[in-house]
Amino acid sequence: MTRLLDTPRPVAAADGPTPAERTARRKALLHWIAVHSLGIAAALFFVLPFVFVVLTSLMSDQQALTRDLTPNTWEWGNYRRVFETPGFLTWWRNTLLYAGLGTVLTVVSSVPVAYALAKFRFRGRKLSLMLVISMMMLPPQVVIIPMYLFWAKQLDLSGTLWPLIIPMAFGDAFSIFLLRQFLLTIPNEYLDAAKVDGCGEFRTLIKVVLPMAKPGIAAIALFQFFAAWNDYFGPQIYASENPAAWTLSYGLESFKGAHHTDWNLTMAATVLVMAPVIAVFFFAQKAFVEGVTLTGVKG
Amino acid sequence: MTTHTLRSKRRRSALRTAAFMSPWLIGFTVFFAYPMVSTVYFSFMKYDGFGAPSFNGLSNWTYVFADYPMFWPSLRNTLWLVLVMVTCRVVFGLGIGMLITKIRTGTGLFRTFFYLPYLAPPVAATLAFVFLLNPGTGPVNAILGDLGLPTPGWFNDASWSKPALTMLAVWGIGDLMVIFMAALLDVPKEQYEAAELDGASGWQRFRFVTLPNISPIVLFAVVTGVIQAMQYYTQPLVAGKVASGVIGGSGQQFEPGYPDKSTLTLPQLVYNLGFQRFDYSSACVVALVLFALAMAFTALLMRGRNNLIQAGD
Repeated sequence: MTRLLDTPRPVAAADGPTPAERTARRKALLHWIAVHSLGIAAALFFVLPFVFVVLTSLMSDQQALTRDLTPNTWEWGNYRRVFETPGFLTWWRNTLLYAGLGTVLTVVSSVPVAYALAKFRFRGRKLSLMLVISMMMLPPQVVIIPMYLFWAKQLDLSGTLWPLIIPMAFGDAFSIFLLRQFLLTIPNEYLDAAKVDGCGEFRTLIKVVLPMAKPGIAAIALFQFFAAWNDYFGPQIYASENPAAWTLSYGLESFKGAHHTDWNLTMAATVLVMAPVIAVFFFAQKAFVEGVTLTGVKG
Repeated sequence: MTTHTLRSKRRRSALRTAAFMSPWLIGFTVFFAYPMVSTVYFSFMKYDGFGAPSFNGLSNWTYVFADYPMFWPSLRNTLWLVLVMVTCRVVFGLGIGMLITKIRTGTGLFRTFFYLPYLAPPVAATLAFVFLLNPGTGPVNAILGDLGLPTPGWFNDASWSKPALTMLAVWGIGDLMVIFMAALLDVPKEQYEAAELDGASGWQRFRFVTLPNISPIVLFAVVTGVIQAMQYYTQPLVAGKVASGVIGGSGQQFEPGYPDKSTLTLPQLVYNLGFQRFDYSSACVVALVLFALAMAFTALLMRGRNNLIQAGD
């Protein structure tokens, strides 16, 4: 983090600082103060929304209707009331199913594809890669009409989350792309050595590549989990008709509808939807940040 | 080696490739190629979900472009979002990225603070902002009012709803911060030293050393930002719904765009036409417009001078 320092550190002389050194030191101190004040101001912008949300979630029903910023009495029971709201636990279960099963399917189906795109040479490889990138950039709304008709009218699966989970067994463009970028960084020598030892491509993938690709796999698993957790459009299209199939992201909005003036309860529910994501982040911070940089760019 | 064994070896390697690629090959066919063809087909048909589709010529297309009252407002909104929201995100993302590379005390803590909002699930973050910015009792207007500053209607005022969405988008800037931070740390230190020896000011160092080195990343951020702006769906829809007070998972109908079409974007039109008006054919027309725009910018990303996404080797 210190590579961009533009203030040279003054070298301490044996006979005390010269006036020039003293100015340099004062300049460095002023620079430090300026940078950190700016940092604190920015941090307030990013953190205060969370703070106000949490404070409001702890207010009493009456106080939540006022302009007060901090609760007079701390109503921790609000969180219990949210959990007791009909449906809330069902949304949790559905979200975990969608995110959990979806993530497993995505990883299993995307790894071999990413490996082929990174390490095999075959005709149509570049075209495949460009199609993967195109699919990655494709808004889900573009193909939703035929997909909805397919799942709802032909397979009669509307009102469930299966139309969202099943496609994940067939590779996810973003995961394939991200993992392929990661696999490119594994030197071919390792793969060649495995082949000299008599491993086929499949065994090479399992025994050699997978252990080395753990950070990349962790990153796609995290991204996929969050994508499912955050998804609003998918559940809106396929699950809206059946409240028993709602997810947290979709249900949260209707929660506001059912408690329209109770900002305290709505904010408590909001906290409960945000908290797991933030908890996962703290456990997997490194993999996550690595993943964000990977999607970016090698340019 | 005989030609026979060579050929069988080649065939084996082709089979192996096909086997490894098969999940995606199926996925591509069933969830991309088929629905794309089908979308084009429906855009020329008349179909409401019942009975057989019948040929409708260009009627759906003329309807969307000439008579559907939500089409042009949503394009105008998207243009606004591209010009203002994307610019704000890139400028602030770069600013925060530069700030974090200069912070020396508590770097990890600052970085976590700056990054966290990016993780907030979109529906939750939108709900939080509708609350924070609600004109009556929201904390932001409470503070602005106490300071004697004007208190805008934010998500309830057509001229303030997009600025409010922009604030929400700038709040979740963590992804850009990380990308810019990585790029800034890759700028060769010697170039800064050389610039300093030449007596370059802070701005000159930024303009002539930093910017040229990170310009591919800036371009990447702009182009992906434009693509995201065109796909902008959850936040404007949820903000409009919640702020209008008309919500209900399956109950009441909410016409997207509240207030006064100011939060409409193209993907919301697909929802409105297809799933509220059951005009599947016109929804397909909008879907194709969205597709064309998304692909044009994706091509820019892949074909650009800098080959931003390394599609080759």
